Amino acid sequence: MARVLLFGPLRDLAGWRERRIDAASVAVLRSVLAAEDAALGAALGGKGVQVAVDQAVVRGDVALGADSEVAFLPPMSGG
Amino acid sequence: MSIRLTEAPFDPGALLTAFSQGRTETGAVATFTGIARAEAGATAVLELEAYPGFTEAEIGKIADQARERFGLHDLAILHRVGRIAPGEPIVFVATAAGHRRAAFEACDFLMDYLKSRAPFWKKERGPDGERWIEPTAQDHADRDRW
Repeated sequence: MARVLLFGPLRDLAGWRERRIDAASVAVLRSVLAAEDAALGAALGGKGVQVAVDQAVVRGDVALGADSEVAFLPPMSGG
Repeated sequence: MSIRLTEAPFDPGALLTAFSQGRTETGAVATFTGIARAEAGATAVLELEAYPGFTEAEIGKIADQARERFGLHDLAILHRVGRIAPGEPIVFVATAAGHRRAAFEACDFLMDYLKSRAPFWKKERGPDGERWIEPTAQDHADRDRW
């Protein structure tokens, strides 16, 4: 089960910050999330949203292990 | 080099004293303290979210650039997260260098990065509700100077 983290406006939109979800890859995870919450699914693919796996930003699809941490990072606001 | 996030209020004076101690070759320490604005009553509280571990690591990459580019002896960054009331310090940056120009410029460079690209998500709560804040055009223009 990957540990999934949402930040900023994505967390507000989804109504949760952290969940454990069974998914073999980032692409599978996206479709699982989109299937249960279409608005969140669209927002996760929105402009400027980055994905980090185990705290490193990744592009495209990446395989996930049982203990992977996946974070969806909306455009950063600075401090 | 120290890069930290904290949920607790901090005293910039105490940080400066600690940072300056025991330096006999440094010559110049520059600091910047950012303070949360009330925006004439429009902002009752700021809420700043970070991604612990990731946020410090990303700031660390820019800090390494600053150390190399400006020949810094040392630097310190402390950033608040969580709820921050107007008037409270939100960020503290200190830079140490042989001479003042490098210390001033590195501090300026680090702040322009922190205000425009650092991994934080910022929400303003006021009498009219809450809203997520994005960097301003001025923040981007400041960042592009470097």
